Amino acid sequence: MENICAIRNLTKVFFVERTGEYVHALDRIDLDLNRSEFLILLGPSGCGKSTLLFMLSGLDHPTSGEITFTEKSHDNKRLTCTVFQEYALFPWRTVIDNVAFGPEMRRVRKRARYREAERYIELVNLTGFETRFPNELSGGMRQRVALARALANDPEVILFDEPLAALDAQTRRVLQTELVSIWSKTKKTFVYVTHSLEEAVLLGERIVLMSSRPGRVKEIIDIADIPRPRSTTNEREVKVLAMLAEHIAAEVDKSMRREREL
Amino acid sequence: MTVRSTIVVLWRYAPIFILLAAWQMASELKFVPDSLLPSFFDVVHRWLEFLADGEIAKSGTFLWDAVRSFFASTVVTNTAASMWRGMVGLGLSIILGVTLGIAMAWFQKLRDFFEPIVMISYPIPKPALIPIFIIWLGLGHISKIAVIFAGCLIPIVISAFNGARGVDRYLIWSARNMGTREGKLLWRVVVPASLPDILSGIRMALAISFILLVSSEMLAAKSGLGFLIFFLGESGEYAGMFAAVLTITLLGFFADRAYLTIMRRILIWREE
Ligand SMILES: Nc1ncnc2c1ncn2[C@@H]1O[C@H](COP(=O)(O)OP(=O)(O)OP(=O)(O)O)[C@@H](O)[C@H]1O
Ligand SMILES: [Mg+2]
Repeated sequence: MENICAIRNLTKVFFVERTGEYVHALDRIDLDLNRSEFLILLGPSGCGKSTLLFMLSGLDHPTSGEITFTEKSHDNKRLTCTVFQEYALFPWRTVIDNVAFGPEMRRVRKRARYREAERYIELVNLTGFETRFPNELSGGMRQRVALARALANDPEVILFDEPLAALDAQTRRVLQTELVSIWSKTKKTFVYVTHSLEEAVLLGERIVLMSSRPGRVKEIIDIADIPRPRSTTNEREVKVLAMLAEHIAAEVDKSMRREREL
Repeated sequence: MTVRSTIVVLWRYAPIFILLAAWQMASELKFVPDSLLPSFFDVVHRWLEFLADGEIAKSGTFLWDAVRSFFASTVVTNTAASMWRGMVGLGLSIILGVTLGIAMAWFQKLRDFFEPIVMISYPIPKPALIPIFIIWLGLGHISKIAVIFAGCLIPIVISAFNGARGVDRYLIWSARNMGTREGKLLWRVVVPASLPDILSGIRMALAISFILLVSSEMLAAKSGLGFLIFFLGESGEYAGMFAAVLTITLLGFFADRAYLTIMRRILIWREE
């Protein structure tokens, strides 16, 4: 297993100007990312999952501690790209121009970047929709575009922040299956935040359980050996689900008790 | 245009035809004296005369003379003068207003400096500026252009500012995450994302530019539709005055229609 990113002793404290308070979001996180793994971040709401992704993406900086990627980023190499629950597609760009955005920023010529974009559009099963605007697509299709757009940057790691949370159950199922297939085809490292225990078990190789705020790594569960396709009704999966449920319940309980004390 | 769509358009504007018919009837039946409201046909007649009164040295070639005389006519020369002033004033305010509005949204220092200035300029009734600019810049094109520029600038600055401030932060994060530098971020994300606000700000400015154009020309000018209205009114030439009002009305209407069409085309991505 090749380590591609080391998170060491990472702490993040936000200062909220309006109230003058400090919010201790992440506390001494230690975590390694392995090449081509599907890592799930699971934890109660507000435990700092999105914050951790922000640090990984370089959009925000840790208060202390560090994140070290084995590779160095430069103009033509993105270390991370993010797929948000909000899609964050450029509404004035067609599907293909959205997907070609990354290559455009790298100054790839039009012909070449369209060819590249076309490849990823095919990978996410959106061939035929190249000239549509995001407004004309369903939520599931928009999220596919967002994924293709991230892939077109050829990053080391793709970060997902609850990408399927806004979709209906049916679409979510379909996209979960496709995500796994795209992950195994592209051999990218996926770091995937979710609220859903089922999703964690259906998708993940390793599940990082985080404690309630301040977020700490409480436990890492390795389920890479559970064969795919997975199902939430198989014996192994059911066991893991029960364990996750217990953990989450305990963390939620803890944070509620703490809130009552305050 | 197909026959069908022509009928649709005619039907939509039918109330206007009814209004014009009522106007003509009122004059025919002597409900209102001609000195207060000349009949619609008289106005149209006068308008056609204004269109044909271009005085030129004849060259002998009929078609060429007709074209030159058309461009020398009262209607065309004054419309051209007005349009030139309006377009330059509005154009300059768009260039500067959009730049300033977006820059203010993006750079804290610029915002701190310009915000109070914008806030104090906002409530000034812009026609109050007309005499000042006329004293400073004279009776020609420049003073009108300056008035229109000043009057249109603030609404455009404000709309561009609001547009740029309101850009979905996820779009900015996404773009940064894909390696977009600040300069490109402004040009490729902030500007297009603010376009809906900017374009509706410009539409408002377009309406303001007409008000300022006509009022500044009425106050002091030697050409232009506003000047024509004022001059003909003073000389008691009411049919001519109404013809000039008619011209500016049509001009305003078509300018707004054309603008809306362009705006829809640019914002085609917003339609569901
Ligand atoms: N920019 C910020 N300023 C102040 N506090 C912040 C900021 N961003 C996040 N926080 C706080 O840090 C904590 C962690 O937030 P974060 O969004 O990372 O949680 P999360 O685990 O993603 O939650 P959820 O599951 O609800 O998305 C929260 O208490 C949040 O209020
Ligand atoms: Mg979150």
